[in-house]
Amino acid sequence: MNSMMTQLLGWVDARFPLSKMWKEHLSEYYAPKNFNFWYFFGSLALLVLVIQIVTGIFLTMSYKPDGDLAFGSVEFIMRDVEWGWLIRYMHTTGASAFFAVVYLHMFRGMMYGSYKAPRELIWIFGCLIFLVLMAEAFFGYLLPWGQMSYWGAQVIVNLFQAVPFVGEPLSVWIRGDYVISDASLNRFFALHVIALPIVLLGLVVAHIIALHEVGSNNPDGVEIKKHKGPDGKPLDGIPFHPYYTVKDIVGVVVFLMIFSVVMFFAPEMGGFFIEAPNFIPADPLKTPEHIAPVWYFTPYYAILRAVPSIAGSAFPGVAAMGAAVIILFFLPWLDRSPVKSIRYRGLCFKVLLFLFVANFIMLGYLGAMPSTPGKTLLAQIGTVYYFAYFFALAIIPKFEKTKPVPERVTS
Amino acid sequence: MKKLIIALLFALPGLSMAAAPGVPLEKAGIDLRDQSSLQRGAQLFVNYCMGCHSVQYQRYNRMGRDIGLSDDQVRDNLMFVGDRIGDTMTIAMPKADAASWFGTPPPDLSVVSRSRGVDWLYSYLKGFYIDESRPFGMNNAVFPDVGMPHALWELEGLKRGITETVIDADGNESSKVVGYEMVKPGKLSAVEYDQAARDLTNFLAYTGEPVKLQRQQLGIWVLLFLGVLFIFAYLLKKEYWRDIH
Repeated sequence: MNSMMTQLLGWVDARFPLSKMWKEHLSEYYAPKNFNFWYFFGSLALLVLVIQIVTGIFLTMSYKPDGDLAFGSVEFIMRDVEWGWLIRYMHTTGASAFFAVVYLHMFRGMMYGSYKAPRELIWIFGCLIFLVLMAEAFFGYLLPWGQMSYWGAQVIVNLFQAVPFVGEPLSVWIRGDYVISDASLNRFFALHVIALPIVLLGLVVAHIIALHEVGSNNPDGVEIKKHKGPDGKPLDGIPFHPYYTVKDIVGVVVFLMIFSVVMFFAPEMGGFFIEAPNFIPADPLKTPEHIAPVWYFTPYYAILRAVPSIAGSAFPGVAAMGAAVIILFFLPWLDRSPVKSIRYRGLCFKVLLFLFVANFIMLGYLGAMPSTPGKTLLAQIGTVYYFAYFFALAIIPKFEKTKPVPERVTS
Repeated sequence: MKKLIIALLFALPGLSMAAAPGVPLEKAGIDLRDQSSLQRGAQLFVNYCMGCHSVQYQRYNRMGRDIGLSDDQVRDNLMFVGDRIGDTMTIAMPKADAASWFGTPPPDLSVVSRSRGVDWLYSYLKGFYIDESRPFGMNNAVFPDVGMPHALWELEGLKRGITETVIDADGNESSKVVGYEMVKPGKLSAVEYDQAARDLTNFLAYTGEPVKLQRQQLGIWVLLFLGVLFIFAYLLKKEYWRDIH
């Protein structure tokens, strides 16, 4: 039996680099041995991606992308499809989990300077993943065809109307109609289940290939490839498999516990994961009192609302929201400090980053709330700080007192 | 600092976003495990609500199974002639006619407990009062100027609202219902009507998500399984990592 397997493997290896890929990406991919809690979220994002694709496939089998049938087909999935409710809640919880995990993953990168040379492309691929993920979530949110689906899409597509000169035809082109309608639902469905998942998968592969080309950063922000043993392997590196596979399994189990608590006991998460108005079928004639995006978009929605219109055009707000995502791409070049990890950076960086996170959470809260003059002012301050953070990173290295970075990782 | 960041990140979903409604809502105090309450609620729904409101995603036999009734019991007590046991609970009233009678067609109530919330439903059922300016002579404190008449009036009776003039922050005057006085008592006492409203709300909470109890039950087993899996996963990790640290 064993020799037969070896023979089979030899046969495959002569035709496809199976063993080579296994070695390059798992058994002989050397990762720093000092990964901490924050390094779980990359593999968790991959897990959530798989959950979303698999549950998505099963949902597609019973879902009907049709303005008259969509809402009912979701309830059909919830009631009449065997385990349909579980598959659907996995998908809705998965959508929120995806963003939770990705935000934490990005925060890890910002904390340990993982975007700095030579990992700029990993960061850029990651930002593209984030961007595509936002589009994917947005298109997917229309599909249940509830009131919040409908009006959320209406509000967001109307934003494109604010683009100077081409706004009106652009928004009609996106919707395929003058308002969100059956035509929009059909194309959003196509984009959600085919176009964007393909792009997303391609980007994830690129993200991982780029990572495995240069090797992982670590909480100390030192390059483990600088110190290799006589066998040519990094002294502070350990093979990803089995060490990090068994470690990530622990992370996966803990993650699944949190995931299950939400999925089984609070799938709506108090209106944050599934909004109450979405249990009313889409009605183009009735606007809900308060249209709020799902929690993962609220920080950017707050930025959108914070910027005042100029000459009756909402374009400045739209531009600010776009810029808030686009600026992430430039982070590797905006941050001028040669020190990667927060551990060896000055107090000012720590304070700035802490405030950035607190500010992001505050913007998220404000974006979920109906706006009042006081809240708008807060959101404006938050918006200014959001952008100021990135430019501060370019300035503070001039006077920042950093600590000496060790040669080898500390454990 | 690190701990604080983690705490902050995990606290995010805990922030409440429930918008303050116009009137304070009463707690519905429902219990999905109380099958006799669900059965009474189903009976009330079929007798008083289903003339106008469907629950078009709910099947009769599934309802019977879930609230502890046999197919025959459902057939004899809760179904109209001509419907079959596997049918969904639809109504015959044409939407266009309904719209001209009530101003808007009575909505399907399958998932109303999830869009409005159970406390809203309970308070709404208790919020009808006499208002001669309305087409049906009734208004509702929770849903002002609602198109629906008080379908349960023969049970609750008719009550008049005691209003108070309030001035809001912008200086606009408006009248607000602060209490009621019973004008014409109904078949039920106040306590009995509360229970009827609670049963009906309970039933709508059930139709909102028939699988809810099963979901929570399964969740406990899944978490127990993951708990055991965690022990083994952790021991496996420890065993491998012994050579690193």
